[in-house]
Amino acid sequence: MYAQLVETGVKRLKTLDEMSEQERAFQERIDAEIKIEARNWMPEAYRQTLIRQISQHAHSEIVGMLPEGNWVARAPSLKRKLQLMAKIQDEAGHGLYLYSAMETLGADRDTEINKLHSGKAKYSSIFNYPTLSWADVGAVGWLVDGAAIVNQVVLQRTSYGPYSRAMIRICKEESFHQRQGYEILLTMMREGNQAQKDMVQDAINRLWWPSLMMFGPSDEHSPNSAQSMAWKIKRQSNDELRQRFIDQTVPQLELLGCTAPDPELKWNAERGHYDFGQIQWDEFYEVLKGNGPCNQERVATRRQAIEDGAWVRAAAVAHAKKKANKNAA
Amino acid sequence: MNADLIQYLLRLGDSAMVQAQRLCQWCGRAPALEEELALMNVGLDLVGQARNWLEYAAELADDGRDADHLAFRRDERAYRNLLLVEQPNGDYAVTILKQFFYDAWHFAVLQGLVRSSDARIQGIAAKALKEVTYHLRRSGEWVERLGDGTEESRQRMIAALPLVWRYTVELVDADAVEQRLFQAGVIGNLQQIALDWQAQVEATFERATLPVPQAASHFYLSGRQGVHSEHLGLLLAEMQSLPRAYPDATW
Repeated sequence: MYAQLVETGVKRLKTLDEMSEQERAFQERIDAEIKIEARNWMPEAYRQTLIRQISQHAHSEIVGMLPEGNWVARAPSLKRKLQLMAKIQDEAGHGLYLYSAMETLGADRDTEINKLHSGKAKYSSIFNYPTLSWADVGAVGWLVDGAAIVNQVVLQRTSYGPYSRAMIRICKEESFHQRQGYEILLTMMREGNQAQKDMVQDAINRLWWPSLMMFGPSDEHSPNSAQSMAWKIKRQSNDELRQRFIDQTVPQLELLGCTAPDPELKWNAERGHYDFGQIQWDEFYEVLKGNGPCNQERVATRRQAIEDGAWVRAAAVAHAKKKANKNAA
Repeated sequence: MNADLIQYLLRLGDSAMVQAQRLCQWCGRAPALEEELALMNVGLDLVGQARNWLEYAAELADDGRDADHLAFRRDERAYRNLLLVEQPNGDYAVTILKQFFYDAWHFAVLQGLVRSSDARIQGIAAKALKEVTYHLRRSGEWVERLGDGTEESRQRMIAALPLVWRYTVELVDADAVEQRLFQAGVIGNLQQIALDWQAQVEATFERATLPVPQAASHFYLSGRQGVHSEHLGLLLAEMQSLPRAYPDATW
């Protein structure tokens, strides 16, 4: 999940009777599964929640380029280099469509990016962990994109039209990334030497729990979920999505011949799901607060990029103006 | 003849590869999101082209090395790329000038190669030419924007120019290998390439209101002969680190 703990600013759900006429019409439209479009009336809290969620999602795509960028100059073969460059390019593209979807709500890209740089806006906690070996590139594709897809497949049905349509396009590309990531790990496990196999297991050991945290806090500690679900911005709870991810991922883990760093992970025939151990929520909240291993570097890199590029963007604007003036004359 | 051709294919492949490697170093650091996409896109095209050229070189050499081996296991003295592309990225003015000078050369070279007597070269060049037509349009537009943008961007371009310009000498002077390949009809007319390159630079610089320096003069290094600047070794050390550390590994 690329958006975690998105504030709705709403303390308690209103019943239909408590709503104004406009609010009721809006809620009925959502209940009837009719998409909300940019020109439709919407409650301000719905608009603000979506801006927060979509911008968080867009920031995650952009910050998510950095842990992969750490390996793109060291990809070990021509094929792997091409795949990783294509993946990073797709992520920049996802960032662009998401910022565009966000702009349909009246938000401004630069303002929202400034919030990222000042630490006010969040991005997915997962990107605050370092990528320490080539296997991490595979594990990020498999686990991180895998977790993102579980969430995003559901978001294809989210109530806001432009976000839903962006998700449909993004999901296609993410599925491709996930298969590629898994194939990197499978090749290392099946055709690799012992050092490579150790890299794969080590990558899984480090990224397993942070990937499970991507779905956000457990339902009882997810204060904003009820409103987001009523608005159908969110369609399924964090715990449901996390369970689905684990259920689909464990067989893939076994096929790799690797293990998860969770002694409590086992199939529960009665529930028809895998049981799993306790997530370290303290770590999750600390990382989200900015105290993860790479938070400072990630934000500093992005801020530096935008600051260093200011003169380039200014030149492009100035040149476009000169050209427009010439054409007008 | 085969030895010449292999050398030439390595030159094409290595230049594309090294240029792409420099673009990879911009990842996550570009001045705008649109530029992240464009830089990765151009880099992706160039790695694809490098793979095509190196595969052909490997087939002709037939010494047990494949394209990956050529890219990831050759020492800097065996690399045959242009000096221009191995230079550090610098600021965006340096990056754009390097890209533009390379693109203008690349475009002229490929226009000759699409008429090569060698069908394999023709095929690879035809696909590459479509890609490089876009690369040149993009980098040329950036030269204009930065040259004729703000006072700061103009000053940065003027400061970047001498850093990059000296390496353009390799773009316009052919060596004996290239002369023989031209005689054999494998590559295009070298004088024409030099003229086209010069004309492209003059036209773009005029639109960018930038002065065109006097032709660069020879300065005792030659990427084509494997005598590089100090920058290539470090670039390759990073790029080749995994295949070097695990020589028996499959990735």
